[in-house]
Formats: sequence, structure tokens, C-alpha cells
Amino acid sequence: MKIAKHLVRFISAAAAVVGLVAPVTAQAADFVLLNVSYDPTRELYHEFNQEFIQQWKQKTGQNVLVNQSHAGSGKQARGVVDGLEADVVTLALAYDIDVLVAPGLIPANWQTRLPNNSSPYTSTIVFLVRKGNPKKIKDWNDLVKPGVSVITPNPKTSGGARWNYLAAWGYALDHNNDDAGKAREFVTALFKNVPVLDSGARGSTTTFTKRGIGDVLLAWENEAFLAINELGPGEFEIVAPSESILAEPPVTVVDKVVDKRGTRSIAQAYLEYLYSERGQELAAKYFYRPRLKEVAKKHEKQFPKIDLFTIDEKFGGWNVAQKTHFADGGIFDQIYVPGK
Amino acid sequence: MFKRKDILPGFNLAIGYTVLYLLLIVLIPLSASFLRAADLSAGEFWRAATAPRVVASYKVTFGASLAATAVNVVFGFLTAWALARYRFPGKRLVDALVDLPFALPTAVAGITLAALYAPNGWIGRYLALWDVKVAYTPLGIVVALIFTGLPFVVRTVEPVLQELELEQEEAAASLGAGRWQVFTKVIFPTVFPALLTGATLAFARSVGEYGSVVFIAGNMPMVSEITPLLIITKLEQFDYPGANAVASVMLGISFLMLLVINLLQRWSARRLA
Amino acid sequence: MRNGIRRNQALFDPPWARAGILLAVAVFVTLFLVVPLALVFWQALEKGFGEYFAAIADPATLAAVRLTLIAAGVAVPLNLVFGVAAAWAVAKFEFRGKGFLITLIDLPFSVSPVMSGLIFVLLFGAQGWFGPWLAAHDIKVIFAVPGIVLATVFVTFPFVARELIPLMQAQGKDEEEAALTLGASGWQSFWRVTLPNAKWGLLYGVLLCNARAMGEFGAVSVVSGHIRGLTNTMPLHVEILYNEYNFAGAFAVASLLALLAVVTLVAKKAVEWKYAAELKAAKGREGGQ
Repeated sequence: MKIAKHLVRFISAAAAVVGLVAPVTAQAADFVLLNVSYDPTRELYHEFNQEFIQQWKQKTGQNVLVNQSHAGSGKQARGVVDGLEADVVTLALAYDIDVLVAPGLIPANWQTRLPNNSSPYTSTIVFLVRKGNPKKIKDWNDLVKPGVSVITPNPKTSGGARWNYLAAWGYALDHNNDDAGKAREFVTALFKNVPVLDSGARGSTTTFTKRGIGDVLLAWENEAFLAINELGPGEFEIVAPSESILAEPPVTVVDKVVDKRGTRSIAQAYLEYLYSERGQELAAKYFYRPRLKEVAKKHEKQFPKIDLFTIDEKFGGWNVAQKTHFADGGIFDQIYVPGK
Repeated sequence: MFKRKDILPGFNLAIGYTVLYLLLIVLIPLSASFLRAADLSAGEFWRAATAPRVVASYKVTFGASLAATAVNVVFGFLTAWALARYRFPGKRLVDALVDLPFALPTAVAGITLAALYAPNGWIGRYLALWDVKVAYTPLGIVVALIFTGLPFVVRTVEPVLQELELEQEEAAASLGAGRWQVFTKVIFPTVFPALLTGATLAFARSVGEYGSVVFIAGNMPMVSEITPLLIITKLEQFDYPGANAVASVMLGISFLMLLVINLLQRWSARRLA
Repeated sequence: MRNGIRRNQALFDPPWARAGILLAVAVFVTLFLVVPLALVFWQALEKGFGEYFAAIADPATLAAVRLTLIAAGVAVPLNLVFGVAAAWAVAKFEFRGKGFLITLIDLPFSVSPVMSGLIFVLLFGAQGWFGPWLAAHDIKVIFAVPGIVLATVFVTFPFVARELIPLMQAQGKDEEEAALTLGASGWQSFWRVTLPNAKWGLLYGVLLCNARAMGEFGAVSVVSGHIRGLTNTMPLHVEILYNEYNFAGAFAVASLLALLAVVTLVAKKAVEWKYAAELKAAKGREGGQ
């Protein structure tokens, strides 16, 4: 019987601990918003949310609380489809938001509801190299040279990596008279130089910066700046290629959720605040390229001049690009598995 | 050996509860996943489960798991032996550390091992002198799996060693057996079922392991890409049926292997009795 | 006399074997346990103790600790009761399909953690079997605490059972039967004979189950929703901090989990101490009679 007694005592002790640590989380908030986002926007929304909360309080007197969720873009989209109650989603690419249309969470025309394809800020793909650029990497064609080791995440699991891949492909098209066969050879050669495929953008950044693997990291422009600031000022340099892709990370209100929770107006205001001067300033602060002319002009010097092409111009939109390149058995798979 | 009727009570209660709980927590939820795979036709299922890249990942996964389990069987047994039989400085510390691989989140384990075995890491830099690469190669997967599987072997063997009656050893010794004979004829046969159990569990765990492996594996298709990662990849593309197809094949293989080992273990235990 | 020496030699390992085994264990344990642990603490303390305690005292960290304790607090007792029942049935009785049953119990080990989470999404997610019903009644399972608890229970399901079964099999059922013949009731023999005999298996089972429940990452990650301060367990919080390039903070939280090893130490000491006292008492009684 002794063991039984001990067991009871142990369980009640454990219960007491759980009870004790229970913090009082119930905050006096009139509204709670959930913003489901992707990995590299953590710092941006951390500050943006605080400003929005203040501004909303001043304007309406209401207390609002914004919760954040960050993970890989595709994973987040899947979470929302499976019932994660996001009032707004702010993801890496339109394809991931398109997924919400089929289960009836948002209408098919979602991308026309806010200005600029519903992308309040843009970014692009640049190179991060080690100090002094020892391998003399200047442009995309330097990445396919033998002996150059390139770090990128896996396009199958990372939204950012898909932009990397498409940027390389687009460059190859431009330099080979739009010859898709040549572009394929180019991208194949590039991926032959990749020694590690992490599953997400932040994983690749760590592999490159912390583990010392690779000569060049293909990264979101904002991630490259952040990596320099956070992980080693003076240890890395950004190299801007001659041309790259215009990455448009879009945002939308999730209609089914906001209607159910009664948060539509505030969710809408939240996203519109991204387009305001203050929102744009914050975007620029975290190295996203602002859309608003005045703000863009002000921060012009911060961003290297790169010729940017869009995914619609070169690939005919996300759906086509996804099917041709990244779906199972698509071109990316064929790079690694000799064709059937 | 003669058969006798069980006089112990509680069989119906115990087995009833066991089966009910098993159904509720494991079998019913798992069958949901199998039924999702059934959305595919037989042909599609076969194609999804046997694509070259998938097959390569089975080889990597099961191969690395076997290698890691083999290492764990040997060193796990020795560790359990030392903990149960010897006094040595730092024994309590070692004993406490054995659970570490479970307590440490798999992602932390992966990150830490990658940091240690990367060419600029504490261990990796010395290995680099001999041109041995661990992190970002299949060897890295084995290292991660040794780490995650370690407690299984130690913790299943250790209690049996601790409970082993000294009298049996004494009896054998008084019959004139030497140490090696006592070990092989008395100790090892008693511990063997537990060792096999530990190995089985370590292996099963290794096959499914994801968090610690992806950080150290390099994840190159056909070379160091594990099956759980492929499952994730399919999920990211919203290909639930495909993911479930691969997952159910993997589950089927491990189920069969577990079944064979369990039967083998029962057979060896019965032979003992 | 000579016989006595031979007997002793047969009962103890020769010195060279002892030395060899200890050396092998030392190298193995150093490479795979000590150095990784050292690295965890090294990185946790990289920015000093101030940052370390700040990371731990952060409200989001405390919320994660609380959630982790809840998940483990539910999973461990549930799986403990199941483990004892299953081990009793499997180890003390003969029946058909036993190997099959044991294999089914092992099953959650070989299910990839990701799938372990996913199966609950398939059941309770918005697109899942019970999704519409749950949504209609406004019950949240996935991306809320119940889902995290369920995934944890699933992942740690076999631990206690699998620790107890081989041990109780090795012990057989003679002692219980002797107790019954001496007039003890079934419960009495279970509490007084079976459980004390199985104490080490029970202890390791609970320790492993608890460690895994607190450390589980993959399965919980799928059902959590990653909402900071709400549905993050400690392992998920570690990932978040790590992804925010807050390496010291991430490893500080991870080091808390590593401190579970201390719990192991204390629990084991307590059991040893308790049984040492009992053993002495029993001997004392025998001596008195």
C-alpha cells in the first residue's frame, strides 16, 4: 500500500506545481487577433503589432491583442486549412494563400482586395558571402562554377527557396534567349553545388553563418541584412546579382474566421496599417522594400539596385511554376532523380 | 515443463483495459491515417510509395537506424552493466545523463550535434584533420540516431540486471563455472530478452525520428534524405494521400520487423522458462 | 578455501574486463552525452547569467513551461496505469496473440513523430472526421491544449508498458502465486509483491515517459499552431527562440529540460533510500524472532 500512497502524494505534488505556475493570462483585451505568418517576418511584426495596438487604442479606445504564429509558409497555410483560427495570414507567396480558397476560407479574388497584389512590401533574392568575398562571387553565373559551394533551403519545403530557384531560372532564361533547356542545365549545375538542403530559410542561414558551410547563401534580401546585423557584423557581405526576382509576400484577411469571430473591421484595419506611411517605414526598417513612393525614395540607398522580374512575366504565375518545377516528379525532382 | 492453470486474478480486467486504451489512443487514430491513404488507387499508391527517391530514403532511414541500433546495443549494454554492477567515480552523473536524449527536445539535440560535428565544431574540427565528415553526411544521421536511441537499451537492460538474483550466479559458481561461463550461461540469457526489447524500441524510434536528424543530415535527395522528411515534403505540398502512402509503407515495414523481433523474443524467453 | 576464491572470481569481472568496459563506457558517454550537454549549457550561458535568467523568467517561457507540465502531467499518469495493466496481462498470463499485442503496443514508437501529430489533425482538424462537428460546437482540439496533450499521450504511450514487460517476465509469477497460496488477496499480492519487485522498471518507465513527454517536438509541433505564449510547449519555444536568432535564450530553455536529469537522480535516490530502509526493517524483524 505504501507505493500507492507515494503515488498519490507524487501526483498531488505535481498537480500543485502545475497550479502554481499557472500565470494569469487573461488580459483585458476587447479583441484578440491572430496573425499567422512565415519565418522571416518575426522581427517586423513584433514591432508592427505594438505600434498598431497603440494606434488602435488612440483611435478607438479599444484594447486589442495581436498573437503571432510563425513557421514555414506552407506549413502555416496547412495549419489554417486544418482549423488554425487566423484572422489574417501574411505568408511568403501567393500560392500558399491560394490554398485557402478551396475550403472556402477566402474568396478566389482575394489578391485583388488590397493594393499591389495584396503585397504591402516586397523583397528579392540576394547573395550573402563571407568577408572579402574570397570566391569572387558577383552574379548568378558564378554560382555554377566548380568548387563554389552554395547554400539554399529545399524548394520543396521552403517558400524562400522557391524564390531562389526561380530567380536563378529567370536569370538563365534571360542569358540564353529564353531557352528552357539551357535554363534547366543552369539550375541543375547550381544545385550540384549545394551540399546541404535545410528545410527552411532560417535553417540555411544558420548552416551558412554558424556552421561555416558553403561559400554563398541564397537568401531573402531582408534575411541577408538581418543575418549580418544579428549574427556577425563584418563577417559577411551582401552581393547583389545583376538581376533577380521580385518577391511579393502577400497578406489577406481570412473571411470565414473574421466573420465567425466578429473581427473583420479590425483585421482589415490591421492590414491597411501595413500600407500606411508608418507601416511602410517599419517594413523598410526590417529591410523589406516599401511600396509607398515617398518611403521607398527615403530608403533608396539602403537597397542595392537590381533588375527585378516578376513571376508572372517569366513563369506565368505561381500555379504554373509550382506544377512545372516543384510538384512531385517536377523539374526540381528530376535534378536529383535521373528521369524515367 | 508442465502446464498449470493460472491462479492469479485480474487477467480480464487488465487485458480489457489494455485493449480498450490501445484502441482509443493508438489504433483508431492510426486507422484514420491509413484510410486517407486509401483515397489513392492501388496504382497511385504504389507509385507514391516506390518512387526512386522514396526508395532511396527507405534505404537511408532503415540503414542508419540499423547501424545506430547496433552501436547502442553494444555500448548501451556495457553502460547498463557498468551502472548496475560497478562502483566508479561519477556513476550517479552518468546514470542521470542517460535520460538526457529524451528530455532534450529532438530539435535541440539535432542542432547541438550538428554544432559539435560540423567542420568548425568541438568534435568536428578534430575529425576534419583525418578528413572525416560527420555532419551533413549519412554518418551524421547515425550519430543523431545513436543519441536518440541510447536510453532505450540502457533503461530496459538496467532494471533486469539490478533485479538479477545473485543466488543463480552463486549456484553456477559453486558448480565450478568460471566468470565467462556464468556470464554466457546465466546472466546473458536472462538479460537477452530485455536487450532485444531495448534494441527493438531504439530501432523503432530511430526509423521515425525527424527533429534531430534534419539538422545534421544535410538532407540531400538520394543520399541523406530520410523518409520522415519526405513525408513532411509531401505534406507541404498538401499531398496528404501521398504522405500517408509513404507513411503507411514505413509503418508496415517497422510493424513487421517489430513483430518478428517480438516473436523471437518470446521464443527465447519461453526456451528459458 | 581455493574453491571460495574460484567462486569469487566467477562472481566478479576480472580487472582487465572491468577496466575495458569502464573505458568504453567513459568514451561513449563523453562523446554522446557529456559533450552535447556541455555545449547546451555553454551556449545558454554565452551571454552571462543575467541573460540566462531573463530568458527563463520571460512570460512566454513560463507559459511554455506550464503547458509542458500540463501535457506531461496528463500523459504520464494515464500511460502509467495502462503500462501496469498491460504488463500484468502480458507478463503473468499466457494467451494467444501475445506477440501481436506487444507489437501493437510498440507501434507508436515507430510512427514518425510528424505522423503522430498528423493523425490527430486528420481526426479533429477542420477537414478531419470530427472537424465539422467540433467546429459547430465550438470545441477546439487541434491548435489548442487538448491536441497537444493527445499527441503527447500518443507519443509516450508505450514507455511504462515496455519497461515493465521484460522485467516482470524475467521475474515470473512464482512469488505472486506463493502469496496467494499463503492467503493474500489478489490486490494484496499485487501491491505487496508485484509492484515492489517491479520498482526499477516502474521508475525507469515513468522517468522515460516523463522525459519524452516534456521533450517531444515533432508531434506537438504539428498540432500546436505555434502561437507564442498560448500553444507553445518548451521544445517549441526553444525552436522559436532559435529561429529568432536568440541562441542564448533558446539554449537556456533547453537547459531547463536537461535539468530533468536531476529529477532522475533524486527519484532514484529516493527509491533506493526507501527500499534500503525497508530491507533493514525486514532484517531487523527476522533477527528479533
